[in-house]
Parts: sequence; structure tokens; C-alpha cells
Amino acid sequence: MSVAEVAQAPNVVAEAALRSVGVATQHDSAVRHVCGSAAYVDDVREPEGTLHLAVGGAPAARGRLKAIDLAAVRAAPGVVRVLTAADIPGRNDSSPVNAGDDPILAADSVAFHHQAVFLVVAQTRDAARRAAKLGKIDIEAERPLVSVDDALAAQSYVLPEYTFLTGEPEAALAASPHRVSGSLRIGGQEHFYLEGQVALAVPGEDDMLIYSSTQHPSELQAIVAHMLHLPAAAVTVEVRRMGGAFGGKETQAAQWAALAALAARLTGRPCKMRLDRDDDMIMTGKRHDFRADYTAGFDGDGRITAFDVMLASRCGYSADLSASINDRAMFHADNGYYLPAARIVTKRTKTHTVSNTAFRGFGGPQGMMAVERLIDDIAWSLGLDPLDVRKRNLYGDGRDVTPYGMRVTDNILPELIDTLERTSDYRTRRRAIAAFNSASPYLKRGIALTPVKFGISFTTTHLNQAGALVHVYLDGSVHLNHGGTEMGQGLFVKVAQVVAEEFGIDLAQVKITPTSTAKVPNTSPTAASSGADMNSMAARDAAQTIKGRLIAFAAEKYATPPELISFRDSHALIGNRLVPFAQILREAYLARVSLSSTGFYRTPDLHWDPGKGKGRPFFYFAYGAACSEVIIDTLTGEMKVARVDILHDVGRSLNPAIDIGQIEGGFVQGMGWLTCEELVYDQAGRLLTHAPSTYKIPCASDVPPDFRIALFDAANREDTIYRSKAVGEPPLMLGISVFAAIADAIHSLAPGKRVPLDAPATPESILHAIHQVTQD
Amino acid sequence: MRNEIRFLRGGREVRLSGFSPTLTLLDYLRLHERALGTKEGCAEGDCGACTVVLRRCVDGHVTYAPVNSCILFAGQADGAEVIAVDDLANGGLHPVQQAMVESHGSQCGFCTPGFVMALFGLYHAPRKGPLTRAAVNDFIAGNLCRCTGYRPIVDAALAACTAPPQDRFAEDEPEAVRRLAALADDADVLVGDDRRFFAAPASIASLADIYASHPDAVLVSGATDVGLWITKQLRDLPKIIWLGRVRGLDAISDEPDAVTFGATVTHQAAMPHLAAIDPDLGALLRRFAGRQVRTVGTIGGNIANGSPIGDTPPALIALGSTLILQQGDTTRTLPLEDFFIAYGRQDRRPGEFVRAVRVAKLGPDDCFRCYKISKRFDSDISAVMGAFRFTRNGDHIAAARIAFGGMAATPRRAAGAEAALAGVRLSDPTTWSAALTAVDADFSPLDDQRGSARYRRDTARALLRKALIEAAGTPTRETRVVDIREDAVVGR
Repeated sequence: MSVAEVAQAPNVVAEAALRSVGVATQHDSAVRHVCGSAAYVDDVREPEGTLHLAVGGAPAARGRLKAIDLAAVRAAPGVVRVLTAADIPGRNDSSPVNAGDDPILAADSVAFHHQAVFLVVAQTRDAARRAAKLGKIDIEAERPLVSVDDALAAQSYVLPEYTFLTGEPEAALAASPHRVSGSLRIGGQEHFYLEGQVALAVPGEDDMLIYSSTQHPSELQAIVAHMLHLPAAAVTVEVRRMGGAFGGKETQAAQWAALAALAARLTGRPCKMRLDRDDDMIMTGKRHDFRADYTAGFDGDGRITAFDVMLASRCGYSADLSASINDRAMFHADNGYYLPAARIVTKRTKTHTVSNTAFRGFGGPQGMMAVERLIDDIAWSLGLDPLDVRKRNLYGDGRDVTPYGMRVTDNILPELIDTLERTSDYRTRRRAIAAFNSASPYLKRGIALTPVKFGISFTTTHLNQAGALVHVYLDGSVHLNHGGTEMGQGLFVKVAQVVAEEFGIDLAQVKITPTSTAKVPNTSPTAASSGADMNSMAARDAAQTIKGRLIAFAAEKYATPPELISFRDSHALIGNRLVPFAQILREAYLARVSLSSTGFYRTPDLHWDPGKGKGRPFFYFAYGAACSEVIIDTLTGEMKVARVDILHDVGRSLNPAIDIGQIEGGFVQGMGWLTCEELVYDQAGRLLTHAPSTYKIPCASDVPPDFRIALFDAANREDTIYRSKAVGEPPLMLGISVFAAIADAIHSLAPGKRVPLDAPATPESILHAIHQVTQD
Repeated sequence: MRNEIRFLRGGREVRLSGFSPTLTLLDYLRLHERALGTKEGCAEGDCGACTVVLRRCVDGHVTYAPVNSCILFAGQADGAEVIAVDDLANGGLHPVQQAMVESHGSQCGFCTPGFVMALFGLYHAPRKGPLTRAAVNDFIAGNLCRCTGYRPIVDAALAACTAPPQDRFAEDEPEAVRRLAALADDADVLVGDDRRFFAAPASIASLADIYASHPDAVLVSGATDVGLWITKQLRDLPKIIWLGRVRGLDAISDEPDAVTFGATVTHQAAMPHLAAIDPDLGALLRRFAGRQVRTVGTIGGNIANGSPIGDTPPALIALGSTLILQQGDTTRTLPLEDFFIAYGRQDRRPGEFVRAVRVAKLGPDDCFRCYKISKRFDSDISAVMGAFRFTRNGDHIAAARIAFGGMAATPRRAAGAEAALAGVRLSDPTTWSAALTAVDADFSPLDDQRGSARYRRDTARALLRKALIEAAGTPTRETRVVDIREDAVVGR
């Protein structure tokens, strides 16, 4: 090993340009993805003797379980065991909030159609599935409550209602020169992760190893431990990657992993549970659909003076995460707008449908929809351009406190919107569209520019913590582990970039390893867009600990002040010497310096008083805006998105390629939620849209042919990892611009009239709204 | 008689016998070979994650057909080389893989093997002119991605699929022709016994024979519908007769006043012939399904399975089509509309099979339009599908044939509207109202997840109106959000 002499070392130290962070590095698994060699749970090599599982589901949505006849199931070819709730040794609950309302197998009654009642353990998956159809489940059926309206009428709630109050909304309404009332229906959304729910449980001597496609390994570990009467330390959950999750594997991966673990425990053999797509869509929760009823006051300029909104959501049969999801709807009922007086109420209805759950945005998107419709209402009523009404209502000086008492100190929306208005050529296109519409009898165009302000942090404050584990080996390679899970969002590569930057080594030297409860314990779910913010910080903390030891060691060995020691280009720069990274490691090792460390992070400055509904639940806000143009066919209700311009705030990007991917993908997912994706239940509570043949997510031709995306490049004002911002969820809500543009196109048919367009804006929904505005 | 199926994997011949007649190609790959690159996303042919490419030698040309392995029976690979995602990289990445990496075309990566294989099919697809974004969108319409928003995938396709193919598959085509030719024979195939079998007769006579002996067998062509009977309904289908080897059943006879499609003509193969009759028909077939389904799904299968929607039957009925059925060595013909008796019931006797459909072309006075209304533009099942053939006498409509899908238990003609249109003046919309009212009375549509009865009624009437507006001379760019007749998205 040679030690090079650098002529002007201090200058080299001063030049601290980032080498890994901020680079548009490809996804760490990109090559494996394209080769098919990226292993998902179903691709883990099955241990010898692996058995396969299928569940038998309830034939009715509501009622007492009278009898279960499983004789034919047991007699079916290939069947090894058939299990029911009675076979569960411990706690029969997969509730994320320990509510006791999420039975792993239904025991006494069923609460939604096709709820899991029994489990078939068989030699093959095909045998298990075929046998599962043979069960006879006798239910004393009652009439189910299916919709939000059903539940409101029956006063059926899964959780108590919750209110934010600011100012005096009644008085403000009474004093308002203008008032408007409306109701909006906002559809739910199926996650449609391409990899369905799956888990493989491998029993050990007195412990259990579970491979699961889950966003929340620690929670799953606890549920399995309670179910099997095992200490948590005896249950290990490992996740290398998920084939998409979007919130759908935050809590609802647990049940399937628990069933695999149950069968593995009782048979002593490895057991795999992989849901068929239709079962997955029928048996796992979705984005909550909402009804929003609102009354608002506003002045002659279109400024909101009071907003009184009731948001009622379909939570389904159990609590799941509905408390936090409805809270987040409330936290985003303002979107980017100042509400001087507001009452924001959520009603969390209990229905006999699957338990709705986390989905990218986590209630935030639904909360925003009501206020965005209100803005359109105001514009239609006053004859203003909706963009002007939006701009007039943005947070600003002296108008900067949210309905939950948090001061908005990082508001960049005015500048961001002004920029997008200019770059999207909004005003010129608005005029061109008006001209087009006046000359076009059947086709109408619409345009809308809508903002997003999204609060970053778990609103359940204690979840804002993360851990990491870093080992450095003597060849200079680094083993990186942290509590975050990879679901395609690029978390692993971002954290690896941060660690490579810290050690001044090539990204290739950082070995990304599967998330494991055995390496980092007591983790939070990878959710709330927080993965990179928190796990990068924890991993950097671990790396800095090791680096600190190396610096202390090198300072002594080379008699150099610590401040003149740094790491870059795979070398330690010690004063004016360059020492290869592997060499300094070996020297440190021989001097008995530990090259392994955990790391930890807790998001600072958060506080929340749920009793008062006031506090600072978020560390900061992420912002963005989208301008969408659509064209609709007024004869059939068909719609096409013609052009979309997006300007989005990711702070200083950790990885622009990953971030742009999140923005584009999030936008398209949000657009799908509000246009072609429709969940339909029948009156018996059966989901009719349970496969991609009937539930339509966007495909390639739905993406706008003219699609322009830019990053709003400004540092996060808070001290986040390299001043970046979270990006997972916020872009989804950019899709609201498409919905608003459709309403704008319909509005051209009857200027001044309010457009009663509900979401999703399917051709049927669009045609219905057209008929409403033209037929009187 | 051959008692095994034969296909190529990695240049080596695989001989399969003793398999379940309904073993899917995906299960063969994942469960038997343990080749795990190919993914199951939906097991119904709607997401494309399981896409593999079948390389065949057709009339001396090597073809690369992307197919959904989840609903394709393993026996359907007979005579082909099965190329899966695990087979592409060889030392380095394949050009489509490289482009996907460079354009950041994967996020979670689960759909990626399917996209890579679709792009591999596109890489080897014959092309006329430069590749467009719209053409790529079409080629991957059968592949769903939930993460990326597709743009980078389309970029990858545009980057990789422009030059003539230069990969090792192109290089070894002469050798592939030789190896594939070695698999080809004229033998009837029967794997199994009299009670359970996968049969692939090689001639129409053999087909007629075996079907007469086993009228309880299920005839399968592309299996894009029957595949779901297995993967979703878990039905036991002990006797499968695959039509893919029947010589001459895929003949297309294009004559001046009609085109006749043999029962196993695929949608992909039929597309240019139907598009030549009218561009709306080409667009209908394009939107009907993604490439993987069009590649194996057949016109005959779409008729024979009797779907109430079907998409091609209403269009063919409106054009005026005759169905040719065969049983033993006797054939009979009937108007296509008469084949559909009731929901799930067709006029097909035991042992009788669809031989061909003869589709009338348009005369100089004919104006044809068809519209597919669905929640998603591509690869969706219609809520309503309407097809219209107006025969004009100057400004007047002399005769009309109108058929709808999604409006009744079968594809059906709108008899009342047809009658009410006689004598209508195209230039005077006030004369249209009787027909617009009549179409309401022609149907009592259902409420379902694709649309309410009311929406279907409104739409049926709107489609008739739209057809009349367009027949009256209004340019389609004023009546369509996607002007497929000019193949351009309005507003671009």
C-alpha cells in the first residue's frame, strides 16, 4: 500500500462536493429486476417439505357462525391439515392497534364477505385452493351495512368521531357575504401491488423465521409472537423487497404471515401462504372511500371565511389504522389554504366490508378533495378563474396557522405555483381552451392547476424513530442494515448513498441487506413517506460513530488533528496523506477498534395534544403543484388527459432519478384513483371488482402524451438528511388536478353552475355530471 | 400419433408427457423447472407480469410472440421455443434490459420481467417506419405497472427497439429455424388417455374425428378465456383439444366483397384485414386486448365462447357475417347473430365446432362506425360496444345494421332502431329522433360493475347519435377524445 502525498491537502479538504448523495443513481436492484433474478418471497428457494396454504372464506358478509363442516376439505387430495380459530394457541388478532377486532381466523361471527374462516394446509398450492372451496360454512346471516350512507343511517361507527375547531365557524359563516354547501363522494382505491400478499414461515427448534412481503416487520413479529405464545425474540421477520405495497402491506400483510406461522408451528414444516389475486383484492383493505359534506363562507374576492366540513369514511369491519387515516384526512382538509374559521369533523363508519387501511397519502388525499372542490365552487359561483381563487387562499403572512394550530413556516407554494403557472403557459392555454369549447359542440376541454401541501411525520409521534446497523469489514466493504423496507421506492439505494458518502467510498462497496427484526429491533413501519428521512439519518448516525472511532484512531496514530482527517474517494485523507480505506480499517482493527455500530434517529420538535387537537404533528411540509388539461366527450363521458405539467418539491434531492420516478408514478396512481379505478360492492357486501379484468388501473396509454416534470430545487428549511424532503406520498395528490380539470371541462357546458362530479370520474360519472348541469 | 409435446428451452428440446392437460406454462416454468424469473401477478392474463415469448418458425420466418404464460397451457408451447426473462442476459444485459436499467424503468421490479419480455417481443417485431410512443403504448397495453407511471418504460422501448435486432437471438435465427423445423411434424398429438388428455389434432379431419368421439372435450384455441376457468374457477377440465396445430384452420381468405377468417385466426392476424374494411375495426381489435392476448386469442374463440360483450361479435354482426360450423364432415352456415341464443347458450351441437366466419365488406354507399366504451381506454371489457353499418342512398339511410354488446345477455341487433332509421335524412338531425327513441326500447340492459342500466341506455343512444353525426359528415376529430381514425390523441 502506498501513501500518496497531496500537495495542497487543505484545499482538497475544503472541496467537499458530494460524490454519492444527489446523484441520479439507478435502483440498487435494477439489474436484478430486468433479469428476473430479484427474489421476492415466492422466489425464496423453498425448504424441503414446504407445505402450501389457502383460506376458506365466509359466504356471507355479516352474521353468527353456526357451523363449519370441513369433512370434504379434510378428505380432499393433498390436504395435510385443516385449521380453524380453535387451533390458534394464543391471541387470535392481527390488529395493528391491539384492538382485538381483526381475527386471524373468524371465530364466532363473520364481519365481511369472504372473511377467512378456515385454513387448508396441503402438499401443493393448487390442492389447497381446490380443497378450500369444499368447506360448508353455515352463517345466520344478517343484512350487512355496506356503504357509508348505510352506516351513517345506522349510526354504526368503528371509532368515535373527532373534531378540529379553529375560530368561530358558525359566526364566521353567518357573517360571510357568500355561502355554499355541497357534498362530494370520493371513491376508494385498491392498491394493486403487482406482487400479492405472501409469506413463508420456516419453523426452527423453538423459534420461527418468517419471510414476508410486509412494510412492518416488527408489528408482524409481535402479532405472530402473541399468536404462538412465543417471546418476540424467538420470531424473526425478514424482508428483502416487496413487489409494491403502497400502504397495503403496512398492517394487512400480518394476517397471511400469521397463518403461515400458525401452520408451520402446528405441522412442524415450512408453510407458504400466497393469496390468489382475486382473494387478495377481496380479503384485504383498500383506500377509504369518503363522503364529504361541507358548508363554507367566502368573500367577494373568493377568500374562504369559514369552512365546516364533515368527512365520513368507510372504515370497514375493524379499526385497523382508521384512526390515524381519518386524522390525516383532517390534517389535510386545508391542503395549502388558510382557513380562518373551521370545523373539521370525521365520522369513522363501521361497515360489513373489508377493513380499509393505509394507502399512499393515508387519508390526506381524501381530505384535500373537499377543499379543492370548495375552491372550484367558489370560482364557479363568482365567475373567477379557479387558479386565482386558489392563489388568494394560500397560506401567507399573518395567515399561516393551520386548523390544528401548527404554524406554516416553510410555505413555498406561492412561488411554486407562480413558476408552474408560467412554465405551463396556463393563462394562454386557458384562453385557447375557452375558444376551443365555444366552437366545439361535442368535445370540451378543461384545465386545472392544483397544489399539494403534505405534512411529513407520523402523526402518531412515537413512530418517528428509526434504527440502523452498520458493519465495516476489513476489505472496505460495508454491511448496511436498517429498519426501513424496500417496496420499490428506492429507499435502500438512497440510504446506501448516504452511507457511501459518509465513508467516502463507492456505492458498490455498500452491501444492501434484507430488513430483519434480528438486526434492527422495534422498528416503525416503512410508511408516511418517512423511510429515507429517518433511516438515512439512523444509518448516517451509525456510520458517523464508526467514522468517529477511525478518526480518533488515525489522529493518534498519524499525530494529526481530527479536523484534518476526512474520508473520500475510498481513502482516508489524514493531514496531507492519503491512506486507502481498507488500510486504515486494517490498522484500526489491529489496534482493536470496533468497526460496527448501531445508529438511531428520532425526528425532533414534534408534539401533539390529541385532546385539544393542536400541536406540531409534522416536522415540515412537502409541496408540489400540477397543471392538467383534459378533453371529454359530452356524448359518452369518455375522457383523455392531454397534457400534465408538474413542479414538485423534494428539497435537495438525494437521488433525482428515484425522486422523479416517485413523482411520476405517484401522479399516475392518483390520477387512476380519481378516474378509471372504481370499487363496486353489491348490496350483499360482495366486492364485484376483484380482479384486473374489472378493476382498471391506468395503463401506458392513459399516461398523458405530453408529460413534463420538474423538481423545485430548494433546500428543506428543516435539518433533514442533506436537506432533502420525503417524496413517497405527496405526488399522489397531484392527480387531483386531473379531477379538477374534468370538472372544469364540464363546467364549460353551463358556466356559473356547480358541477356535481363525484370521484372516480369514470365515463359514467362524467356523463352523470354533464346531465346534471345541462338538464334544467 | 405423437404422445408427448415438444418445445425448446435454451436451445434444448423438452419432451413432456404425463402432465395435467391444463398445466399452465407459468406453472411449468415456476414449479417444474423452478425458473423463477417469470412472475404471477394476476393469473388471468390482465397484468402481463408472466409474459414470456414463444419463438416459432412460420413459413420460414422466425416470429417472437409475447404471451401470458399464466393462462397459456403448457401444451400450447408445442413446436415453439419458450424464452423467459431468465434467458435473455448472456454475459451482458440484453439491449432491452440495458435500456430499462438506464431509463430507470423499474421500481418494485415485480412487473419488470413481463415488461422486459414484452419489449423483447417488440425488439424483434417487424416494423414499418419509426417506432412511436403510441405504438409502444399499444405493445405494452397488456402489461400493468403500478409504480413507474410507464414513461420510463416507454422511453426504454424507444431507446432499444429502433435499430434492427442484433442480439444473439437474431444471430442464431438460422440455427433456430433448423431446431424448430426439427420439432415440426404433421402428427396428431395426444398426451394422456381416453379419460384425461391434451390433444392437438393436426388436421381438420382429425379434429372432427376426435371431437365427435369426445364431444365433452373443451376446445381451446388461445385459452385466453378457458385459462381462467382453471386459474380462477379451479374447474377440472379433463379433456382439452387444442386447435393450434390444425392445419388450415387459421386460413384467411380475403376476397373483393368478403373476408373469411378460419376459426383460429388470431386477433393480431385479423387486425389488418378488418382495419382495411374500416379503421374503426382496426382500432376495436387493438383496444380489445393487449398484445399478449391478441397474439393467441382468436376471432373464432371470441365468437364460440358466447360472451355477452365479446366486442368482435357485435362488430361482425353489424357488418353482416356468416358463421360456418362443422360437425364430422358436414358443415352448416348461419347468420352470426343467430348463433347467440341466450346467456351462455349458443347454437352449437355436440361435436360441432366453429370452422370459419365470413365477414361482408362495405359497399361504396356504406358507412361503418363502431365504438367501445369502457372505464379504461385500452384492454378493458366494454360497458357498451356499439357497431353501425348505414347504407346510404344520397342523404337518406336506405338500410341499417346495428349491433350492441353489453346491452343484453348476448350480442344483439337493435331491430327497432334499424327499422326506424329507414328513410332518415342524415343532414336533418330532427329526423333521427324516432331511431334514438327506438334504441331505448330495443334493450333492457343490466346494472353491473361496468355500468348502470341507465348509463348503458344513455350510452347506446349516444353512440347511435354519434354514428349519425359522423355519417352526416362531421369530422371525427370533433367527436372523439381519441381520434383513432386519424390515429392521434386530440390535444396533443
